[in-house]
Amino acid sequence: MPWIKACTTGDIEEEDLIRFDHGGRSFAVYHSPDGEFFCTDGLCTHEDVHLADGLVIDYVIECPKHNGQFDYRTGEAMRAPVCKDLGTYPVKVEGTDVLIEVPA
Amino acid sequence: MARTNRDYALLGRDAKLAEEIGLVSAQWYHTDMPRKEMKALMKREDGPAIRDTAMLFAAMAVSALGGIALWPSWWSAPFWAVYGVLYASAMDSRWHECGHGSAFRTRWMNDALYQVACFCMLRNPVLWRWSHTRHHTDTIIVGHDPEIIAMRPAVVARLVLNLFGIFEFLGNARALLTLAAGQMSEQEKSYVPESERPAAFRIARIWLGIYACVAAAALAMGSILPFMLVGLPIFYGSWHMVLTGYMQHLGLAENVLDHRLNSRTVLINPVSRFIYWNMNYHVEHHMFPMVPYHRLKDLHERIRHDLPPAHPSMLSAYREILPALVRQFSNPDWFVKRTLPPTAKPYRPEFHGDLEPGRPTPGIGGYGGLPPDAVPAE
Ligand code: FES
Repeated sequence: MPWIKACTTGDIEEEDLIRFDHGGRSFAVYHSPDGEFFCTDGLCTHEDVHLADGLVIDYVIECPKHNGQFDYRTGEAMRAPVCKDLGTYPVKVEGTDVLIEVPA
Repeated sequence: MARTNRDYALLGRDAKLAEEIGLVSAQWYHTDMPRKEMKALMKREDGPAIRDTAMLFAAMAVSALGGIALWPSWWSAPFWAVYGVLYASAMDSRWHECGHGSAFRTRWMNDALYQVACFCMLRNPVLWRWSHTRHHTDTIIVGHDPEIIAMRPAVVARLVLNLFGIFEFLGNARALLTLAAGQMSEQEKSYVPESERPAAFRIARIWLGIYACVAAAALAMGSILPFMLVGLPIFYGSWHMVLTGYMQHLGLAENVLDHRLNSRTVLINPVSRFIYWNMNYHVEHHMFPMVPYHRLKDLHERIRHDLPPAHPSMLSAYREILPALVRQFSNPDWFVKRTLPPTAKPYRPEFHGDLEPGRPTPGIGGYGGLPPDAVPAE
């Protein structure tokens, strides 16, 4: 699977996320409170809502539509109405580039 | 009385039609807000809800103790009046906010108050969480929103009985018994996923056990006093929830995708705002459900330029609602289309904002003929 540049480290505030679209798919890239970066699917598993408008609270992303919550490190669904986990993708930082490894 | 041309059943005719024309799980209109400002408004805190919860429980304890001390004299009535509103109206808004998970920052606090509020309201926590989820996905979409409380035309008896908690009690008591028996209706199954159903059954059985204890206490004491504390407040304290709740959507548009057309913001007194936990900012809440109750006033100030003017009082809201309900008896397509200020983005056709009062509503299949259940059997 190829590594793709999603953004630079300065593009996302700490405890926040951005949307990144690639190859017809949508991803969410997160900057955690302790400075790490993570990547998940960009759409909620409950309904097709972009998580990028949601709220990052520590290591949790809360969906903007019905307040469902996921742990964005593992993708684990943590709070109804989400029942299905999010897909997660490896992330590495090279210099100031944030790279994600996504399916080709 | 005019026969309704609407089918509000969750799996009914108009549910299918709404789906066919793209009203279900659709994109809704949102006022533009810079991400930075939105983030600040969405920020979670424990402080305001801890303060309000402490005040609520303290007021409940004082009013209950006053009621018990003066029981069975009529002098206890004012204490019960206060206790009832806190138990059956303030707990409605706590159910709502904690169901969204936005009242507290700390998750267990949201969950704990949610469970207490559900018990007070006799609302199964699983069932009602999912019905409210649907209400937010498909707000006032006929055949999809399970929380439409005034059909067109309105069932007046239902609206009046609700002031005494009766109609909701009947539905919740039925659900309690059927869920305790491990059963769920087809309509409920349409919005509660299978994985969540065992939790609904389990909690119903626990509640039946608690009610059995209350009944045993009442028998042992030879008094209804235990039920004055648990259960009966639903009948004598729901009126505030109902009066504020009716303002949310009644008389406004159905089958539109713009909360400015189907929800209402009303400015109310501080005591009612405490009881209602600021849900009087209802357009704001539906447009941005991530914003906690204690920031809704700020959100209102920030986006009011894009919303119809807020009603200045409950009286003003009811002056709009009641004539609209009356008019819907002769024309169920009638609704109040509130005028936007010049600073607002206009209502847009792609959100069905071109729907005019009295004109046929998209997604309703009952025009020009009898509704299916009114056709005589051959
Ligand atoms: S769409 Fe994400 S929680 Fe419902």
